[in-house]
Amino acid sequence: MTTINIDHVSRWFGNVVAVNDITMTISPGVTGLLGPNGAGKSTLINMMGGFLAPSNGTVTLDGEPIWRNEQVYRHIGIVPEREAMYDFLTGREFVVANAELQGLGTHEAQKALATVEMEYAQDRKISTYSKGMRQRVKMASALVHEPSVLLLDEPFNGMDPRQRMQLMDLLRRMGAEGRTVLFSSHILEEVEQLASHIEVIVAGRHAAGGDFRKIRRLMTDRPHRYLIRSSDDRALAAVLIADPSTAGIEVDLKEGALRVQAVDFGRFTTLLPQVAKAHGIRLLTVSPSDESLESVFSYLVAA
Amino acid sequence: MYDPTVARLTYRALLGRRRALILCALPVLLIAISALVRGLTGADDQIAADVLGGFALATMVPIIGVIAGTGAIGPEIDDGSVVYLLAKPIKRPTIIFTKLIVAIAVTMVFSAVPTLIAGLILNGNGQQIAVAYTIAALVASIAYAALFLLLGTITRHAVVFGLVYALVWEALFGSLVAGARTLSVQQWSLAVAHKVAGGDLITSDVGLPLATVLLAGVTVLATWYAGQKLRTLKLAGEE
Repeated sequence: MTTINIDHVSRWFGNVVAVNDITMTISPGVTGLLGPNGAGKSTLINMMGGFLAPSNGTVTLDGEPIWRNEQVYRHIGIVPEREAMYDFLTGREFVVANAELQGLGTHEAQKALATVEMEYAQDRKISTYSKGMRQRVKMASALVHEPSVLLLDEPFNGMDPRQRMQLMDLLRRMGAEGRTVLFSSHILEEVEQLASHIEVIVAGRHAAGGDFRKIRRLMTDRPHRYLIRSSDDRALAAVLIADPSTAGIEVDLKEGALRVQAVDFGRFTTLLPQVAKAHGIRLLTVSPSDESLESVFSYLVAA
Repeated sequence: MYDPTVARLTYRALLGRRRALILCALPVLLIAISALVRGLTGADDQIAADVLGGFALATMVPIIGVIAGTGAIGPEIDDGSVVYLLAKPIKRPTIIFTKLIVAIAVTMVFSAVPTLIAGLILNGNGQQIAVAYTIAALVASIAYAALFLLLGTITRHAVVFGLVYALVWEALFGSLVAGARTLSVQQWSLAVAHKVAGGDLITSDVGLPLATVLLAGVTVLATWYAGQKLRTLKLAGEE
């Protein structure tokens, strides 16, 4: 049991359409569900986790419906985004309870706690845990029965870089073992580091899906805008415009900066420091002016 | 039908420090009042029946029922932690049934036991009054727990609705509108108490056969419906 099929699924809440006619297949390996906040990622994950009925369409796990089917939880592990857990328990008690609810015992719970490296704090009350510790205990509770499918809603929220790396390693390992790992995120870099396969959701719609590099190329091949300040803006503008990687330059007198539109991302980013050095121009500021995820998404949707 | 892990989690949640204090407050008050009354007036069957009927059965039992019944599931649904129970290969009605057993047990312990103690203090179980009200409290605990567990499953405002039912419907409407008394857990349990005590100190507006049917019917229906609701529970607080 390892493939989730989402077939023409819509979900609306009253007049608000949260998920709009999405069809996708989540296969073994790590898949990133990428989209800005409020795009419908949580709604989609909740439907995959059996906590929400699709208004239309079907969500199945290897052909079995997920909604109103408790038996699928033998194969699915869920790491919810919400913080609330049984705060009055210790981490160990919580994971043991989750193991027991799966028909397993202390041994499996202990193994899961070791997997997320939480043994050192397992006898402390969950109410004393940091966000990252909570996240790891949630993770352990989802792993006790070694599920073939793991669903994680914004798992990296609130984690420090080291914890983030650890969790990424763990998820990578699980993907390599042939499990179906799906995580949602609104941060491009997270998805890039972890998932080879991504599905992009924007405003409830399936904007793009497939190999990360392909989508990354779509993202990088779009025209990029930069704001550049240097020791000699006009001289820099003159050399940049001579190269085909640059489509347009505006000298913004008010800002005291150049606004550059680059059409060939790769070439432009190597060209800029080279020409600056060759002409003895000091670069003071180089900042992308439209790198927000939303602008990337809106470009993708239009593409 | 009964899952020990679900039960353990529910007990721990219900008997957490703050909630346990609230659960203890009314029983302590009842016993204090009983001791005071006994000290001031001596043993008196009529007064014993008034205190147990007016305070223990009419006020304390339903309020304990509200706290235990709604508290057995409401907070988990509210904060979303119920997801850890739902994401398991356990039948949803099993979760409800287990929580019902826990809610009943807690309601019984915190309402029937103090009722018995208060009755013994008041008149030493004269005319079986203490035992009769204790049995009424036990019976009422079952129906209240089921009713308020259902409320806790279907609404976020379960405590408010529960208190409105317990205090406004049963106490206020019951004393104003005769028909409302037929639909009152308190009256049904009084019918059972009447049977135990005999005599006229304890009376009910409902006959014992009807009371038994209604008690059983409400308990079963509420539990079944809560199980169904949990099967299609949508977790609140999502996008």
